[in-house]
Amino acid sequence: MALKMVKGSIDRIFDKNLQDLVRGVRSHREDEAKYISSCIDEIKQELKQDNIAVKANAVCKLTYLQMLGYDISWAAFNIVEVMSSSKFTYKRIGYLAASQCFHDGTDVIMLTTNQIRKDLSSPNQYDTGVALTGLSCFVTPDLARDLANDIMTLMSHTKPYIRKKAVLIMYKVFLKYPESLRPAFPRLKEKLDDPDPGVQSAAVNVICELARRNPRNYLSLAPLFFKLMTSSTNNWVLIKIIKLFGALTPLEPRLGKKLIEPLTNLIHSTSAMSLLYECVNTVIADCCVCVKTDTCPRPPQLCVQKLRILIEDSDQNLKYLGLLAMSKILKTHPKSVQSHKDLVLQCLDDKDESIRLRALDLLYGMVSKKNLMEIVKKLMVHVDKAEGTTYRDELLTKIIDICSQSNYQYITNFEWYISILVELTRLEGTRHGHLIASQMLDVAVRVKAIRGFAVVQMATLLDNTTLLAGSGQHKSICEVLYAAAWICGEFSEHLEDPVHTLEAMLRPKVATLPGHIQAIYIQNAAKLFAAVLNGQQGTPDCQTMQESSQLLIDRLPLFVQSADLEVQERASCILQLVKFIQKLQHKEVEVGEEVTALFAGELNPVAPKAQKKVPVPDGLDLDAWINEPPSESESEDEKPVAVFAEEELRHARPHHTEVDEKELARRREARKQEQANNPFYIKASPTSQKDSTGVEHIPVVQIDLSVPLKVPGMSTSDKYLKLEEERRQRERKERGKKEKKKKKKREKRSGMGRRHDSGPESEEDIAPAHMVDIVTEEMPENALSSDDDEKDPNDPYRALDVDLDKPLADSEKLPVRAHRPTNILKSPADDGEVQEVPKEPKKKSKKEKRDKEEERKVRLLWLRCPNGEIQCTCTKSSKHKKKKQKKDKEKEEKKRKKQHGHSGDREGEESVQNGTLEEEPLPVCDIQGNLQNGSQVVVSIIFENKSTSFLKSMEFNVLDSLNSKLQRPEGSGPHDGLTVPFQLPPGVSNEARFIFSVQSIVMPQRLKGTLTFIVKADDSSTHEKLDFKLHFTCSSYLITTPCYSDTFAKLLESADLKGTSVRLQEVSLPFHHLLAKICFHHHFSVVERIDSCASLYSRSIQGHHVCLLVKYAHQTVTIDAKCDESSLLGNVLEEIKKTFSQS
Amino acid sequence: MQFMLLFSRQGKLRLQKWYVPLSDKEKKKITRELVQTVLARKPKMCSFLEWRDLKIVYKRYASLYFCCAIEDQDNELITLEIIHRYVELLDKYFGSVCELDIIFNFEKAYFILDEFLLGGEAQETSKKNVLKAIEQADLLQEVRHNYFL
Repeated sequence: MALKMVKGSIDRIFDKNLQDLVRGVRSHREDEAKYISSCIDEIKQELKQDNIAVKANAVCKLTYLQMLGYDISWAAFNIVEVMSSSKFTYKRIGYLAASQCFHDGTDVIMLTTNQIRKDLSSPNQYDTGVALTGLSCFVTPDLARDLANDIMTLMSHTKPYIRKKAVLIMYKVFLKYPESLRPAFPRLKEKLDDPDPGVQSAAVNVICELARRNPRNYLSLAPLFFKLMTSSTNNWVLIKIIKLFGALTPLEPRLGKKLIEPLTNLIHSTSAMSLLYECVNTVIADCCVCVKTDTCPRPPQLCVQKLRILIEDSDQNLKYLGLLAMSKILKTHPKSVQSHKDLVLQCLDDKDESIRLRALDLLYGMVSKKNLMEIVKKLMVHVDKAEGTTYRDELLTKIIDICSQSNYQYITNFEWYISILVELTRLEGTRHGHLIASQMLDVAVRVKAIRGFAVVQMATLLDNTTLLAGSGQHKSICEVLYAAAWICGEFSEHLEDPVHTLEAMLRPKVATLPGHIQAIYIQNAAKLFAAVLNGQQGTPDCQTMQESSQLLIDRLPLFVQSADLEVQERASCILQLVKFIQKLQHKEVEVGEEVTALFAGELNPVAPKAQKKVPVPDGLDLDAWINEPPSESESEDEKPVAVFAEEELRHARPHHTEVDEKELARRREARKQEQANNPFYIKASPTSQKDSTGVEHIPVVQIDLSVPLKVPGMSTSDKYLKLEEERRQRERKERGKKEKKKKKKREKRSGMGRRHDSGPESEEDIAPAHMVDIVTEEMPENALSSDDDEKDPNDPYRALDVDLDKPLADSEKLPVRAHRPTNILKSPADDGEVQEVPKEPKKKSKKEKRDKEEERKVRLLWLRCPNGEIQCTCTKSSKHKKKKQKKDKEKEEKKRKKQHGHSGDREGEESVQNGTLEEEPLPVCDIQGNLQNGSQVVVSIIFENKSTSFLKSMEFNVLDSLNSKLQRPEGSGPHDGLTVPFQLPPGVSNEARFIFSVQSIVMPQRLKGTLTFIVKADDSSTHEKLDFKLHFTCSSYLITTPCYSDTFAKLLESADLKGTSVRLQEVSLPFHHLLAKICFHHHFSVVERIDSCASLYSRSIQGHHVCLLVKYAHQTVTIDAKCDESSLLGNVLEEIKKTFSQS
Repeated sequence: MQFMLLFSRQGKLRLQKWYVPLSDKEKKKITRELVQTVLARKPKMCSFLEWRDLKIVYKRYASLYFCCAIEDQDNELITLEIIHRYVELLDKYFGSVCELDIIFNFEKAYFILDEFLLGGEAQETSKKNVLKAIEQADLLQEVRHNYFL
């Protein structure tokens, strides 16, 4: 031993330590990967050595490599080894490595429970500290459940150092294991009065975090915290408390009023900006609440003032936060913020882009009907001088956002808006062409009165194609042409010179545009053509008609050759149509009406949520494949490039017909009916009828058409701004006159209209320039009126929403678990009381939730575990619809199995009646290993199809753990499933075998697996998945081996065996039943039996001897056990205990 | 706090501490994305940015960037303060700390951080206490170390 130690130390001298590694990595910059792979090889060698110092050094190096981005998950087990070293130096390194690379999916975590428990109770506070720190990073639900009680005890440790850490880590435990919250909370509350300020602040921290998520349960603590707030001087604590109050006030408005005073004092007195900021934020939040309940005493003037100071500060950080907080006030007190418009606009010039963006956000909320045009004008100036496309794009989207918010609420003059949009098209290299385009479409479709103006503008845009298409590689802006073409086509009746526009749309240059735009061009050229024909109808002069037919026939062939399928198809179709029309024209047949009929009807916008709101009819499973899933490569090219809803709808239609013809028909029917009821048009406001002549008197001619390379616009939007001002003035005067005539008493606020001081005018006074019909969006008739679209069912904090004042029920107490032999020894009193009760409620509610979610899915399968062999449980429940049985059998010892088959079957039947299976594995089952091969376990599974459908393509897959692996054929990857070599017609069962290789048999194992298969019904087939768990208990590694009493005595005498014992209470079985049960479930054989005392023996597949001495008296069973592998023994005893606690 | 990253001006990661369990793949992705974003910011810009649904607070000390991710309701200024505290602690412990100190003694840097923050919350606001705990733990380590050799 000593020699080994010395040898180890000598070896270490030649090992690379961390510093060497770091140095090495730095000096091998060019071939870092190669160098590191050689280092990893070295480390692997080091890890194989017995010397813990070498191992710790290796793990330390691995931690460094992990940071550089190399995978070290393969060394997880070694990390556990180093963690369990008794020396602090190594333990520290082990825990550090674990906290850096363990996560929920790391399977060795479950091996650490006992080690961590040991460290937590270590007499050395730094051992405990290190364990707590590590645990805070990698705590899993299992660890949390098993250790909750230990950590809770530490909360009352004598050393504040430990108390503090224990309190903080409790928060993580609550998150992972919500059941622990109620039992632990009283003690947590106590810690608010801890003499150590560190512990106190930790408790405040935890309660604050808890309360933020579920404030309602913490209202009763408000007085306590109020006291703390007024007495504490620690800013860290104060911030947390204030944050806590911020969460509580929405529930208790009176609290908000009470808080205002102390908070105001703090705001005035504190010099810490962080505290000031927190106070201001909370006051703002309070006022938000007050506004909701209409009890707000006054707008947060003080806050706004303070924020103004922050914003004017030269520190960018404060400026940023000031703007951020300002935007919160804005939501409830827009008036008090609007007076600082100058400041916000000033921030637009800041050199920091993030500040400019914040300011933009603020502007979004500051606009009103009155100042919209002015603000947008300023923004347009910024667009012009902005460098960097990202910011410019941001400005662009903001302008559009600002204008379009709440259904164009603030726009009074849509001519102005259209000209703004047209101006924006001049931006080079913007990514938001589609955004501008969809706005143009939206406005033109939904605001009827603007269509005439929009069409004229769009026609001009179309005329300037050269400018747009020619401008660089950023094609996005040409999306605008998509909108332009569509608007001109759809509302062609407003065109002044349709023939000219038709010509513009068919220029050869158009062929350079993206395919989906060309397609729209062609389609709308056809619409225009129809309009021309219709327009010329009845006039004697048919030259125009013939000219335009000829134009189409001349130009379209270019598009017929297009590589784009859509373009080609439309072009060729329309070309033939026009040729046919031309023929008719020669015969002087009037065709105008027929052609127009092709495009009759109006297109209404569909609400974005409409599709989602259509209730799914019974029996339709949208997730099921219609056909076999197509290979990936096929669909790639066909993806529609288009960005517009309508376009996509068109593309999607063919698929829908495949899905369900009936459904489509129904939907169409619904829409027709709705059109009949005609609820689309909502008048913006009753006062808006006044000035509908506005469109006509705007001198559109001023747009300079003769200069082709200039997009008209810049001048126009300004012009509309002016016109709008004049209009408003005029209106005010008229109204003034009227009111004078009527001699109303109401005092008239005069409008001495200058652009900038039109202040006194109130919002409602401004009437839109002309009748604004904003068409609403269509919804399906039987839309589900639920508004809970955004609720997240997976919120991790929801589970923590529990009533903390209710007294604790017994079942809620934290489990004091003792499931390793060492602990059993320490606490014999706990024997037989092992309870997993606390786990139940959570599981159930979870399952219920899942059940609800999956309501639509047909529940297909269930599993049971008959024959007492291997245990599979499934997470889905079945409700007698279609069932599938899964039995597990073991290859070994078939004869014996038949004997015991009956009782096992009964076990299975019970679960049939329940119809559900718990997620927790049932306890009675076991599995046996392969006697010939100490590291193999054969699992035979009987698949029984209890459904009425045909099941095929079954694939069995198990997620390997470090210890147990499913043996797969050579050449397949570690995650491939195994094909079950048969198919199952209804009612048939068959057996398949799977071999697992197992390394260590001293611990029980739980493997997760899935079975995927295809259910073939009469007319459809669906893919189904079934999750299950395989539970390899330690007993299953034991093999019933007969043993003579003399060999048995010798075994007991030898010193190799370590002993332990358990006591089972309240066992009412007769003794021989008890023995039979142990023998059957845990594979023991009776060596000798004298009265109520018996010796039993078994052997593991790896040759461990297990000896038991069972004594029975007064319903109490004592089992003294010996084995050469103590953890194996411990687990077997644990399993025996479970067998009896459940029977 | 969700996590803390330290990286150099060249984008090399020097320290990472995750208070939420994530897989290595996600961690790498987040790190890469954040390092890029933060390095791309101009020196005069403010220390906060919104990223996904988190707020990022970062500060540059010499050639090192300290970068924390906090939740929506958390206080940015106090997070800046935490970063500053940590730098002060490192400075005290190493004696005018430089990037190389952290590179070569990265495990020490972690130990200090662990004494200062636990589970993403500040556990000890007194610099003296943190350093005392670290020194004592170090002492423990040394004693055992010598004994072993």
